[in-house]
Amino acid sequence: MSSRLRGRPLVRTSYAQDMALLNTPAKRRSTIAIVIASFLVPFLVTDDLLLVLTLGMISAVGAIGLNLVTGYAGQVSLGHAFFIGLGAYTGAVLGGDPDAAVTGYGLPIYVWLPAAGIVAAVAGLLVGPIAVRLRGLYLAIVTLGLVFLGDHIFREARDLTGGPGVGRRGPDLVVFGIDMGESGVVLGLDLAREQRQFLMALVFLIVFAVLARNIARSGVGRAFSAIRDRDVAAAVIGVDLTRYKVMAFAMSSFFAGVTGALYYAVVGVFEPSAFGLLLSVQYLAMILIGGVATISGAIMGAIFISSLGRISGEIAHVLPFISESSGTDGLLSVFQLEAILYGVLIIVFLIFEPRGLFGIWTRIRNYWKGWPFSY
Amino acid sequence: MTDFFQALVNGFGQGSIYALLALGYVMIYKATRVISFAQPALMVVGGLFSYHFTSELGLNFWVGMVLGIVCGALVGMLVERIALRPMLGKPVFTLAIITIGVDIVLRIVSNRYIGVQSRIIEYPGGNERFSIGDVSISHQRLGLIAVTAVTVAALALFFQYSRTGLAMRATALDQETALAQGIRVGAVFALAWAIAGGLAAIAGTFVATGNAGIEQTSWIIALKALPAIIIGGLDSVQGAVVGGLAVGIVEALTATFQPDVAPWLGANFALVAPYALMFVVLLVRPYGLFGTREVERV
Repeated sequence: MSSRLRGRPLVRTSYAQDMALLNTPAKRRSTIAIVIASFLVPFLVTDDLLLVLTLGMISAVGAIGLNLVTGYAGQVSLGHAFFIGLGAYTGAVLGGDPDAAVTGYGLPIYVWLPAAGIVAAVAGLLVGPIAVRLRGLYLAIVTLGLVFLGDHIFREARDLTGGPGVGRRGPDLVVFGIDMGESGVVLGLDLAREQRQFLMALVFLIVFAVLARNIARSGVGRAFSAIRDRDVAAAVIGVDLTRYKVMAFAMSSFFAGVTGALYYAVVGVFEPSAFGLLLSVQYLAMILIGGVATISGAIMGAIFISSLGRISGEIAHVLPFISESSGTDGLLSVFQLEAILYGVLIIVFLIFEPRGLFGIWTRIRNYWKGWPFSY
Repeated sequence: MTDFFQALVNGFGQGSIYALLALGYVMIYKATRVISFAQPALMVVGGLFSYHFTSELGLNFWVGMVLGIVCGALVGMLVERIALRPMLGKPVFTLAIITIGVDIVLRIVSNRYIGVQSRIIEYPGGNERFSIGDVSISHQRLGLIAVTAVTVAALALFFQYSRTGLAMRATALDQETALAQGIRVGAVFALAWAIAGGLAAIAGTFVATGNAGIEQTSWIIALKALPAIIIGGLDSVQGAVVGGLAVGIVEALTATFQPDVAPWLGANFALVAPYALMFVVLLVRPYGLFGTREVERV
């Protein structure tokens, strides 16, 4: 039954083949090529650019999480920043330096990383029931309220977060006895700090991307899509709305928590003000610009949005009327340019390419697939 | 007891600002089924227009405010025409996200204007205060409440008795049927955004006459109108007014009593109290106090 027809790689003879992770030879080859190329990147690119890419890949985990709840299950969440914050502080408290002024237990990564995800997921479980009662934009505003309440809690819990203006350090990144914050020889390779962090982020991204892809193509993922497309119809065909909406929030929050803990472990010092509405909007921008309800789109979007600061820096070099300091000289400062780019890109993508970067890729692919008969 | 009444009066004043903003949200929601996250930016922009006309060009406060309202309304129409009209018929979520984009862009532009200093409009009544017993209210707050009352009444009359108001109500009820009756639905959208922009400009003007004036962070104020519309119900005009006032009063009461009664909630809890109130109301009534329950048709 499930045997493939020889010489006809695109013919599927079973449902399992159709739903496989890499269901075409082209996908198989390109995925392997991309993974290999990604592992070579740290040896080809300068350190400052590596850091940007590392943070982009860590953000991608969170963006994939948001895509699960907003893209696949269709529950608009503006509260992602809150869950990321929860993860960041859980990670920082459990893995942080015990001798610092703020609370820290100095536990290893095997404890703080899963804990960060779980604490965020539990918070997601608590939000879930509200989401069951509300639809669409009501839900968006309620999750927005969550960000403000979270912001307040993070500001006030000074012995955990350091408070506004002070902040605290993230946990130390030590995996299998290798300190990601130091440089030196690992497995015969001389790796700088940025190179180590890049490779670690890449491994985490692959693990979580495959995990999310598996969720999306399983029965759970199909239930999510059914709820997104028409929740009444989904309920009629036997999808338990409460259960799957709560599940979507919990899963998405787990991804967010992991992202939070890892991201600020790489960044170092962070403040409660990091987890405001802007962060939520950034994550929404990632999935909208990358491609809604696609894993690869979320990754592309996250890396693109994370590089935006760098890109606007480069633009500032070229355009004379953009100042490189945060002062008031010039027409715009770099930071303002970056924020404007978010806004404009969101609008432009939604109007002209609603499927995002992934949609652009599909179009290019289809053009070459049909070549020379493409229109 | 004096504290209580003073908080109530303060809350009523602040609540008027929220009510004006909430009305703007409801206008846009009723006409287009979209929640406009661009309202904070419209408030700041409108307030800055008034500031420019009064403090920079030296016009009379009321004249400047009217000009500010007109400009705010024009900006609202412009936003609708450029960013939202091309997206007609797309999912409302997409439209809502576009308004977030608009908000960011407009705010950056206005932040360039604001710079580091806060922009304060001098209110003609100065710092004069009226008091009944121990409770006092500033001339500025009284002016705000009066302007809000007049605006709300004018809007209510407009919707009830004018042909355009009737057209707007018809469009809110059913766009296609309205279209079939010869109503220019596009014009109704533009008008709804213009009204929302104008209301936001009034709110912005009065924010600018306050002690802090308009700063780069003032836009947060407009977001507190979001719990207000959720509490009142997204599609209810009287709900917006009641919700706005409720949010203002709860905020003022929390600011007065929470530090003594519940200090464990932390400093500045009043700033997030509206959101807490929203959660409580939603748990009891998922469509707000005055909102229409959504009917599911299969």
